[in-house]
Amino acid sequence: MRREHNPSPKTTGFFHQILRSIFPDPLIPKSDQERRRYLFKNLILHFRPSTVPEKTLKFSLTWGLGGMAALLIILQFGTGLLLKFVYIPIPVSAYTSIQVLQNEVMFGQLIRNVHHWCANFLVLIVFLHMLRVFFTGAFHPPRQFSWIIGLGLFGLVLTANFTGYLLPYDQLAYWAVTISTGMLEYIPAIGNRLQEIIQGGNEIGPATLSIFFAIHTAVVPMGLIILMAFHFWRIRKSGGLVIPRSSEEEIEKKPVRVTTLPHLLLREVVVALVLIAVVMMVSVFFDVSLGDSANPGLSPNPTKAPWYFAGLQEILLHLHPLFSVFIIPLVLVVTLMGIPYLKYDTNTEGIWFASIKGRRMAMIAGLIAIVAAPMGILADEYLIGFAVGLSWIPNFFGNGLIPFAFIFCGCVGFYILIKHRYSATNNEAIQALFVFILVIFLILTVTGTWFRGPGMKLAWPWKL
Amino acid sequence: MTAFLLPRKKKTTAGDFGTIIEAGKADQFSLNSVTAFIRGKFYLCRLEDGGFLAVSRKCTHLGCTVPWSDKEKKFVCPCHSSAFDIKGEVISPPAPRALDVYHLYIENNILKVDTGKRTKRSSFNIDQVVYVKKAS
Repeated sequence: MRREHNPSPKTTGFFHQILRSIFPDPLIPKSDQERRRYLFKNLILHFRPSTVPEKTLKFSLTWGLGGMAALLIILQFGTGLLLKFVYIPIPVSAYTSIQVLQNEVMFGQLIRNVHHWCANFLVLIVFLHMLRVFFTGAFHPPRQFSWIIGLGLFGLVLTANFTGYLLPYDQLAYWAVTISTGMLEYIPAIGNRLQEIIQGGNEIGPATLSIFFAIHTAVVPMGLIILMAFHFWRIRKSGGLVIPRSSEEEIEKKPVRVTTLPHLLLREVVVALVLIAVVMMVSVFFDVSLGDSANPGLSPNPTKAPWYFAGLQEILLHLHPLFSVFIIPLVLVVTLMGIPYLKYDTNTEGIWFASIKGRRMAMIAGLIAIVAAPMGILADEYLIGFAVGLSWIPNFFGNGLIPFAFIFCGCVGFYILIKHRYSATNNEAIQALFVFILVIFLILTVTGTWFRGPGMKLAWPWKL
Repeated sequence: MTAFLLPRKKKTTAGDFGTIIEAGKADQFSLNSVTAFIRGKFYLCRLEDGGFLAVSRKCTHLGCTVPWSDKEKKFVCPCHSSAFDIKGEVISPPAPRALDVYHLYIENNILKVDTGKRTKRSSFNIDQVVYVKKAS
């Protein structure tokens, strides 16, 4: 059979020989065995498994999110590479180089748009991917460490977005980065030093820009490549994706498998093409703006964080900086990293929302959060005024420790209540608490993005 | 390797030539007024009792530049709406401490500010104010 596709050298020409030396195997495999072999031998495809469990092909298991994230990262590499030829990482020149890019370089604005929108989509998609993994219980052993690597990748994506934010060196960039690096000051003991290192001095300037450029164009891409390889490898070693099942079904030991080529690959290509089409449409119709050149003497009003940090910004408005900048993010990150290593009553891998009851509990937790979070924001804005009403005690307690303890006890109380009310497994109760915190964070993000006007006062979106 | 990561050493230190800004004569500034010095990144505040303060324009919360509102007689930060009075004292949080002050002194009857010497302070204190000695 192999001879058919490997004709003797006599019948082939010189160029054909060279082609064969690059692609020794037939380009169009015909049988399943050949397809498996093809995948195995192909440089780009060989990191995929040659066969996958048939049930994991179901779109509603993954929603194609992991693949989309990988594709977006590749698009970022491509567009970033082009941008790098035009961009100059020096203050003021940076700004003018973006003007040149937009006005003089053919398709410059378009490429900048693609880079910008892909970056935004990437945050969204990686976040949704994380939710998908959580809600299908795909963090139980043996997939525990994939979750941790995934969090690392999420961190890198946020770092990429954050460092990229400064590069245009317009007002938006300058002040967003001033505020974010200002936050570092509140990290106990090392904060001041850390801020100086990241800014390359006492304030945002040429040193900051060159540091951010280095992180954005070298450190992050390298980190992404390493962690992505690690992530994919862990998935392979865990025997592929979780196999979807209902809560009555046992975990399948020997699932039916189909060849990756064409079953999985075809689906991936379709998702990829649709995503590229969406990205291109958005990039054609929505230009990314370039504000006024950075002016250290004038903070615009309001100065808002990008939407993916709007939740954090909202916490900043309400609490003492030590809590909003250091303690709460630290607690959140440690909790997220702890998720796969908690001791669970059952292994719910492959079951959406752990069980039917889990789904109902998650919905109720979400509804409570939808009511509670806006009420909390309004109360803090108009009624309580922790810092003012309690001015006789230090800001640290009145605006920090007391509300933080209140929130913390609220979360613990919520967990205990919902676990007893539904006599649920801890899988279901932890999931409910996760949804509760998640929805609160989403509401904070929405508030920070759409409901904050001049002076960071609450305002209607159509009046901004 | 750390040499690559740490910030370069500053070339100018406090008291060096170039960090001192001459603000002008005391009677140039009216009582209860604030004058911005853009190059020095500070405000020269003259209090009601005639004393002077050189207040940093950088918000102590997260480093935005606070503009002076002459109508409301306070500094209001556009970023997270912290407010400070003419002495740099916090009127409303989230700012955790009063605006920094620069070293201010009088030489040959002229107010001078050393922008290389910035002092952090938790709140306003009368010792921070510089008074013009009455010519007798």
